[in-house]
Amino acid sequence: MTSTQDDWRPSERELERQDVRRAQRRRSILISTTATVVVFGALWLGTVTSPGWPNVKATFFSWDDARASFPDIWHAFWRYNVVLFLVGEALILPLALLVALARQSRAAALLPLRIIAVVYTDLFRGIPTILLVFMLAFGMPALNLQGVTNSLFFWGLVALVLSYGAYVAEVIRSGIESVHPSQIASADALGLSRAQAMRYVVVPQGIRRVVPPLLNDFVSLQKDTALVGAAGLFDAMFAARDYANFNFNFTPYVVVALYFIVLTIPLARLTDHLQHRAMERERQGAR
Amino acid sequence: MSPDPALLEVADLRKSYGDKVVLDDIRLTVRTHDVICLIGSSGSGKSTLLRCLNLLEEIDDGVISFEGREISDPRVDPRAVRRRIGMVFQSYNLFPHLSVLDNCTLAPRRVHGVPKEEAEQRAHDLLTRFGLADQAGKRPDRMSGGQQQRAALVRALCTQPTLLLLDEITAALDPELVGEVLTIVRELAEQGTTMILATHEMAFARDIASKVCFLDEGRILEHGTPAQMFSQPREERTRRFLARVLPTA
Repeated sequence: MTSTQDDWRPSERELERQDVRRAQRRRSILISTTATVVVFGALWLGTVTSPGWPNVKATFFSWDDARASFPDIWHAFWRYNVVLFLVGEALILPLALLVALARQSRAAALLPLRIIAVVYTDLFRGIPTILLVFMLAFGMPALNLQGVTNSLFFWGLVALVLSYGAYVAEVIRSGIESVHPSQIASADALGLSRAQAMRYVVVPQGIRRVVPPLLNDFVSLQKDTALVGAAGLFDAMFAARDYANFNFNFTPYVVVALYFIVLTIPLARLTDHLQHRAMERERQGAR
Repeated sequence: MSPDPALLEVADLRKSYGDKVVLDDIRLTVRTHDVICLIGSSGSGKSTLLRCLNLLEEIDDGVISFEGREISDPRVDPRAVRRRIGMVFQSYNLFPHLSVLDNCTLAPRRVHGVPKEEAEQRAHDLLTRFGLADQAGKRPDRMSGGQQQRAALVRALCTQPTLLLLDEITAALDPELVGEVLTIVRELAEQGTTMILATHEMAFARDIASKVCFLDEGRILEHGTPAQMFSQPREERTRRFLARVLPTA
């Protein structure tokens, strides 16, 4: 294409149009700002003028209690919730991928694997995560097995991995199934084996499509690490409850909530960004 | 020049993507019942021009007037313009989750407020005319490419547009199927439908066009009646292009 960036000057009409566009942009910025201020102002006003607000403020938003509970919660949060999440996620992804692939397998000899995969997803998606945590965290030590740990952390982690592995497997499977059969056909035509077609063609495309729901499950997992606290692990939630029960003040719960939010938001933004970039690369200008 | 006002008037249109100028100095007048064929190599700007006319692209300069009103004004609601202009794409772009009939009645019912019975009646009539009567209940992906493109044409016609933009609508089709789509376009042209089409089908352009425009590097290098353009093109580039694409028989 010609790159005659040479002597072009916008015409009068175009300059006029640019003014109109600028005015339209200013107008829309004004409207969005006003709408935002009005909506959030009303919400804030509605909250602080409610009759019980002073009480709520003292019990949930006490600065002193926030500061006092902060270090314990900080410690417990990093020591347990973050580690549970990171280790859990690292185990869940491969497990879920294997389960999804097992459900997709068509080889005759792999039928038992397929059955296991189906039963696993059906069963573990059906059990409430908190029940699974209780069953494993209290049940396994109660078996008094030789050489098996009684660690609450370990069994809590296992429960989370099993529960989320089932969810994530289904998400990944839906991604794999959304890849058009013509992609497999062209991989076949190039002489790739079924496993190679999966590895190099289908799975990369499928996973990319399900990044948003996968992130959903990751965020959900971060929050559900608090369930292990319900079974008695001294995590952030437990630390908050400990403080709240002792001091009759619920501010630590708000502090824990903030911790979780601070952890999830950057992850969400990062994934959005990566997703957006991948999309730009693949369908440039296509509309 | 005929005294009736132009349906569409393009003056000094310019469009660029960053540093790339893809359309420059485009001037074009379309009157009712005109059939304008845009020819030129891939990347010459034919599709971009059509997309600009439908306000799918924001232009960098120039004026587009449609039905006597400037539509390149940012204050103009693009949807009001698109209600009057139909467009058909190279890759059909039918909605795969809707039946052919629902594809055809979506815009008449939701955008134009046509009652369901009337919209379906109109769609059925057009589908029948284009030999798709028995396909109405099918999903687009169950049909051949030629059938899909005919259905896409019906979908565009169901809103009774005053101007039809066709963007290389036969480029994705088997040679065998090109004919069935072109027959319909020819029929529309004979009935006086105003159309602008980007096409690689030179023989077809020669038959039906009232005016042929040769685009080269984003400019309309030359335009004229098909007789002029195909037998004695003025520009060397046009000659070279035609020599490449015209069957040497």
